[in-house]
Amino acid sequence: MRRILIGAIAVVLLAGGPAAAAEEGGLPAHKWSFTGPFGHFNRGALQRGFAVYHQICASCHGLELVAYRNLADIGFDGTKIAEIAAGAEVQDGPNEQGDMYMRQARPADRFVSPFPNENAARTANNGAYPPDLSLAVKARKDGSNYLYGLLTGFREQPPAGVKMTDGMYYNTVFPGHQIAMPPPLADDAVAYDDGTAASVEQMAEDVTVFLAWAAEPNLEARKRMGIKVLIFLVVLTGMLFALKRQVWSKLH
Amino acid sequence: MATPKWIKATVEWVDYRLPVFSFVDHHLVDYPTPRNLNYWWNFGSLAGIVLVVMIATGIFLAMSYTPHVDHAFQSVERIMRDVNYGWLMRYLHTNGASMFFVLVYIHIFRGLYYGSYKAPRELLWIVGVLILFTMMATAFVGYVLPWGQMSFWGATVITNLFSAVPLVGDQIVTWLWGGFVVSNPTLNRFFALHYLLPFVIFGLVFVHMWALHTHKSSNPLGIDIQGPQDTIPFHPYYTVKDLFGLGVFLFVYLSFVFFAPDFFGEPDNYIEANPLQTPPHIVPEWYFLPFYAILRAIPDKLLGVVAMFGSIGILFVLPWLDRSPVRSARFRPFYKQFFWLFVADCLVLGYVGANPPEGSFILIGRIATFYYFFHFIVLVPLLGLFEKPRPLPQSISAAVTARAAAAKGAS
Repeated sequence: MRRILIGAIAVVLLAGGPAAAAEEGGLPAHKWSFTGPFGHFNRGALQRGFAVYHQICASCHGLELVAYRNLADIGFDGTKIAEIAAGAEVQDGPNEQGDMYMRQARPADRFVSPFPNENAARTANNGAYPPDLSLAVKARKDGSNYLYGLLTGFREQPPAGVKMTDGMYYNTVFPGHQIAMPPPLADDAVAYDDGTAASVEQMAEDVTVFLAWAAEPNLEARKRMGIKVLIFLVVLTGMLFALKRQVWSKLH
Repeated sequence: MATPKWIKATVEWVDYRLPVFSFVDHHLVDYPTPRNLNYWWNFGSLAGIVLVVMIATGIFLAMSYTPHVDHAFQSVERIMRDVNYGWLMRYLHTNGASMFFVLVYIHIFRGLYYGSYKAPRELLWIVGVLILFTMMATAFVGYVLPWGQMSFWGATVITNLFSAVPLVGDQIVTWLWGGFVVSNPTLNRFFALHYLLPFVIFGLVFVHMWALHTHKSSNPLGIDIQGPQDTIPFHPYYTVKDLFGLGVFLFVYLSFVFFAPDFFGEPDNYIEANPLQTPPHIVPEWYFLPFYAILRAIPDKLLGVVAMFGSIGILFVLPWLDRSPVRSARFRPFYKQFFWLFVADCLVLGYVGANPPEGSFILIGRIATFYYFFHFIVLVPLLGLFEKPRPLPQSISAAVTARAAAAKGAS
């Protein structure tokens, strides 16, 4: 009885967490392939999402915790990764003469941020700071729905009666509804390799999947291990319960 | 399968010089334990196991962690991404902290329900409260280490409490920080303390066990062991029962680790600490919420701090506040009701602590805080004087055999 109760409490706790979070702020309740105990990332969505990040987001937002070599996880081969890395320049050195110099990035380097520091980023963006996106999905309650909602939540005209500050854009999801980022996505802004039609919703979904992976690249390994561990524990605990009853039966 | 002669001889040789084998026999094998312990008695040993898990995972984390304001956040993410199974170590450690508090809180409420703090176990109880207090200090400094937004601002808010101390408050805060704001020296000393305090807890647990084994475990009936007929050897009866409980516990613990690892965490802590930007709501970890609610319930800063520390401090004198000669709530019809009211009060305090101090939360928080102290200072002593306890069974074995006979008759 008590065991059932404890189990029930655990289930409620586990299920109640995400559900309770989704109710807040009127976020879209999108279905993601990476939630749930058997969650995984769709490789196609990851690669399309990378294209969206690389061609659009990366002009303002960094991804400094991810290395180019990590792209092997989303299904790119060595040549492709080297090619992507070579598109960016990093400072290295000092060389034998003691000078710092610029060189092409290598797969071992981390994603090169678009701006050298926060001040440079603010200067280029009208005073606003485009945050690094490495942990964007984990740094918000219900982060993937938030991100998807933000990217699809731009409205050309604010509702009647809302006074917008100069240079700000109306967004249904952003706290305060005024965001300094112009709507980043437009239909067909990215030409997908696999022929998927690049609608705003499609791109928002893909880049969210990519950033969810970037925030938690070990998610798949974690869940796979978890299933094995819990199955093992159920068997072990069942056997221990039988053993306990047998040992104690001598007493009664 | 007979034990080979040479093993027996070796054991005897060692035991004569250093009686480790007799010690284990005495404290883990033949150790007489009341025969009627229920599953609420599993939580002490579970907490001990989690302490070991925390120390083990913590040592591995410390190998890859850098206690410097410029590197701490990045080094934690390096553990998550680049260290082999670093994510597993970190999630075991963060969720382990929450589980440790779940287990210890249940263990404490069990003690409250069954009167485990009463003579002759007052010191056992007091050492337990010291363990709780040290755990809280350890958890607090540990939460600062990842150097996220909540780490930084939580540290700022909590250390600032000491500025309420009259006359030397500001000096104390500067001394705690090692500077004039929460900064690199603060992070460095917190890391040193976070490595030290678990071993202090370990020492306290040893004293806790020493006191426990002097008068043995209490039991759900709350009556003393009168002879060998009341006890069973710890092994195999309680080793197997504890192992089964461990299996159930691990299932719950690892469900969080593998499938909801950030359930107990604040998303804000995945944003690097920024001294120039305050998060909208600064909330401590869930296990501090009731105490946070008590702190905020009192409008005066100094009195709020006194009340917060007093809410734990009052547990030290509980053995002398409760004058009832009966230990177990099973035989105390009124205390039993008030015990559950008290549990509910603690949950309400936790709920209030999680919410911003606005509107009705202020009033609810004040009532719940008042009731927390009212329970210990007024209700418990009065119940001890006026409550008429139900008759106690003659002995543990008499109660157990009566129950077994009843069960047989029913089936």
